[in-house]
Amino acid sequence: MAKHETPMLDQLESGPWPSFVSDLKAQAEKRAKNEEGINFQIPVDVVDDLLGVLELSYKHGRTHWKHGGIVGVFGYGGGVIGRYCDQPQQFPGVAHFHTMRVAQPGGKFYTTDYLRQICDIWDMRGSGITNMHGSTGDIIFLGTTTPQLEEVFFELTHNMNQDLGGSGSNLRTPADCIGQARCEYACYDTQDLCYDLTQEYQDELHRPAFPYKFKFKFDGCPNCCVASIARSDLSFIGTWKDDIKIDQEAVQAYIGGELPPNAGAHSGRDWGKFDIQKEVIDRCPTECMWMDGKTLKIDNRECTRCMHCINVMPRALRIGDERGLSILAGAKAPILDGAQMGTLIVPFIEAEAPYTKIKEEVIEPIWDWWMEEGKNRERLGELMKRQGLQRVIEVLGVDPDPRMVQEPRHNPYIFWKEEEVEGGFDRDINEFRKYHQR
Amino acid sequence: MAFVSSGYNPEKPMENRITDIGPRKYDEFYPPVIAKNKGKWLYHEYLQPGVLVHVAESGDEVYTVRCGGARLMSTGLIREICEIADKHCGGHVRWTTRNNVEFMVDDKSKVQPLLDDLAGRKFAGGSFKFPVGGTGAGVSNIVHTQGWIHCHTPATDASGPVKAVMDEVFADFQNHRMPAHVRVSLACCLNMCGAVHCSDIAILGYHRKPPMLDHEYLDKMCEIPLAIASCPTAAIKPAKVEIGGQKLNSVAVNNDRCMYCGNCYTMCPSMPLADTEGDGIVIMAGGKVSNRITAPKFSKVVVAFIPNEAPRWPTTAKTIKNMIEVYAADARKYERFGEWAERIGWERFFDKCKLDFSHHLIDDFRDPAYYTWRQTTQFKF
Ligand code: HEM
Ligand code: HEM
Ligand code: HEM
Ligand code: HEM
Ligand code: SF4
Ligand code: SF4
Ligand code: SF4
Ligand code: SF4
Repeated sequence: MAKHETPMLDQLESGPWPSFVSDLKAQAEKRAKNEEGINFQIPVDVVDDLLGVLELSYKHGRTHWKHGGIVGVFGYGGGVIGRYCDQPQQFPGVAHFHTMRVAQPGGKFYTTDYLRQICDIWDMRGSGITNMHGSTGDIIFLGTTTPQLEEVFFELTHNMNQDLGGSGSNLRTPADCIGQARCEYACYDTQDLCYDLTQEYQDELHRPAFPYKFKFKFDGCPNCCVASIARSDLSFIGTWKDDIKIDQEAVQAYIGGELPPNAGAHSGRDWGKFDIQKEVIDRCPTECMWMDGKTLKIDNRECTRCMHCINVMPRALRIGDERGLSILAGAKAPILDGAQMGTLIVPFIEAEAPYTKIKEEVIEPIWDWWMEEGKNRERLGELMKRQGLQRVIEVLGVDPDPRMVQEPRHNPYIFWKEEEVEGGFDRDINEFRKYHQR
Repeated sequence: MAFVSSGYNPEKPMENRITDIGPRKYDEFYPPVIAKNKGKWLYHEYLQPGVLVHVAESGDEVYTVRCGGARLMSTGLIREICEIADKHCGGHVRWTTRNNVEFMVDDKSKVQPLLDDLAGRKFAGGSFKFPVGGTGAGVSNIVHTQGWIHCHTPATDASGPVKAVMDEVFADFQNHRMPAHVRVSLACCLNMCGAVHCSDIAILGYHRKPPMLDHEYLDKMCEIPLAIASCPTAAIKPAKVEIGGQKLNSVAVNNDRCMYCGNCYTMCPSMPLADTEGDGIVIMAGGKVSNRITAPKFSKVVVAFIPNEAPRWPTTAKTIKNMIEVYAADARKYERFGEWAERIGWERFFDKCKLDFSHHLIDDFRDPAYYTWRQTTQFKF
């Protein structure tokens, strides 16, 4: 018997999409039966009470979680999001309902051994409810009590060689696309760079030392499967410098209809016979492709590596061999002064381990600047707006590059450095008046 | 429920403490065929919605079956995923950046048994546990947030509306009939944890009433300058109030300048603003993150308000379904939602989708708002 009536949530059990309500109910029942004889360290009916409080929120149209909650583990300044129910008498099972962020492996590949170990810990010491995964990337353990936090942390670190993720004003958990593990477009090893930087900057991740949060994300190519350009303060996007590789025979196979365009992604509808002119050449944003008789030609100097032609004909066109990545900075959600996507600050940099140049010439100078100049709760993107892209260029010690702008400014409110102007700014009005009477 | 120690000694908290070890290394978990062929993949193909094959230089193949996941999931369900992965995939499984689950096998003959097994698994209420799909030009999983399950600042729920919308567009999770892929996302407040600002279609929780002020507690609970600095429109100023004859430091909110973003509440627990009738949903459209053909785009606000209609948010689900249908019928092959809307013009977009255009949709936030108005005589009647 369910502990609380949930008439509204019950309506979310029908329909084809996996129902979180059915899953939660099954979990509540499983805990009540406890066939494995688990020595539950938080209330057995935690999931019943979660359903109960959610039903109440559905009735009121308002959340029933109190503001904030500062809890954690010694040694770290983040990793746990504290949460307390605002109706603890009615729902004692979720009076404490803290979230723990657990650092996920690159590409989110798992073995079942690992997942079962995670589940064993969480079944005993938490609610047995998770998010797979948080939008930043972490495995989210959803709901436990304060006294269990150190116990879970001890088990994770001692028995699983596994750390917490980030929260607060620090480096958050980095995440990557599947990259070279299973994608022919990947221009560098996203998992390796992600892992390397995560390990390198563990201190910055666990102990908030920044003006605000900071995120890294790693995309293997400009398709941006982990959306780094929109969802990370520093976005690493793979690219290449030389020519797109063309297999002319395969091009003919696409034209002849033996190979499906875009790997069959449009198979649900009849779009007519593949037309290379219409679907590839005419859609190229730079108009740098053409057919020379039966040969597909690309003027690679004019190509902006948008991926369209490669996406449409993956068996005929391949990324170049001189590979690296671009770095874009400043993406953020709207609060405070508007949403931003990443701005190109490094057009091309090599991405080979140990990634020294990326660390010493980009990440650390940017951090030094932002940690010194960033105002309280000012994201990197906002500091860039306040102090200008010119400052980023100075901080990186590079030359201004037309690639860093979409277009030159159209207002003429141009600052000059005093040393750039002959004679400097120190002038004498009396000298001027000698030639220009009042 | 007797306390069981993990070995941690609360008397000596720093003793035996392991820190800064980070996540486990990615390659501990690769299936053998992935480990062997990493970085040597030649091409891929979608065999059917939800099923991919990748072919390596060595000739090796890996078949991937992608299934929808509710993201919020129990250990019971994760254990079931493990059981499937043990049975079919040598104990390997992965999750995607849109929170789908992927099972991989190294031979074509193993695909059909896996598909049959997945198709047979349903929850007690009848929904599929592992619907196969989410590939190619269709509608994949909805990236979403905490909602009323765990957050204190939401204006709507996350898991509920996502379930309602996915039920409505479910056929397109399992089909490739769209002009391009359609990414839907949801955030329950405008902190936008996730991908709302850069999705083809986005659902955003929104308030419509200024915060209430808990003057009696405000100065004790909040750092007043932080609350003041948190306001994008400078609607908050410090104030002295008198309550029960007692002079208290607090804040005053100029309701005319407040646009209910809730950021002050994030900073100050004494400024709650959630409201049954006031809160609801804003719909945005036309964003993308890939650089394919056109540059990444922000999503734009196209519906200023839909009330919260728990438990199934029918108006939200129908509005989205309708937008997807109009787009599917009108857009060209490879054209993303935002590219389509920009090509036909936003005036035509509202026309075709039969959406109201109200004053709420016109940008009025600071200097950049000007650039969103129309400085040309080019428009369609
Ligand atoms: C009992 C008092 C409070 C507790 C336990 C508490 C705890 C928390 C926690 C744990 C979070 C989530 C942090 C994260 O996402 O990493 C949070 C969010 C937040 N709280 Fe509170 N809080 C309290 C009062 C306050 C006060 C007094 C302020 C401001 C002066 C405040 C401002 C914030 C801010 C700024 C965030 C957003 C954090 C972010 O952007 O990541 N809170 N609170
Ligand atoms: C000895 C005193 C204090 C300690 C040790 C301390 C520690 C911390 C830590 C570790 C965090 C990060 C929590 C997380 O993971 O998100 C944090 C966040 C925060 N603390 Fe404190 N705190 C102290 C006093 C205060 C006071 C007095 C206030 C305000 C009146 C305050 C306001 C905040 C706020 C607003 C945040 C969230 C910041 C953000 O995420 O942007 N803290 N504090
Ligand atoms: C106060 C309560 C808050 C809660 C409970 C909360 C919760 C979360 C959670 C669970 C995630 C996923 C984390 C992960 O995967 O590790 C997340 C990500 C995110 N949060 Fe929050 N958050 C809060 C405050 C904020 C604030 C104040 C902002 C911005 C002003 C914000 C912006 C974001 C963004 C943009 C992401 C997604 C980043 C990405 O796409 O990777 N959140 N949040
Ligand atoms: C003593 C100072 C100035 C003098 C003598 C002057 C003189 C003129 C003259 C003779 C014209 C052409 C008018 C016509 O043919 O209809 C003109 C046009 C204009 N002036 Fe000035 N001007 C002065 C200051 C300014 C200032 C301070 C500004 C702007 C801040 C300005 C902006 C313009 C503009 C925008 C036009 C019109 C350009 C167009 O036709 O699009 N002028 N001015
Ligand atoms: S971002 Fe590029 S390399 Fe990474 S998975 Fe997507 S298509 Fe492949
Ligand atoms: S990658 Fe894009 S810009 Fe380059 S040739 Fe192909 S379609 Fe044109
Ligand atoms: S979007 Fe807003 S309400 Fe939703 S989880 Fe993030 S901070 Fe909380
Ligand atoms: S809700 Fe937003 S706009 Fe209104 S007072 Fe608070 S911070 Fe300012």
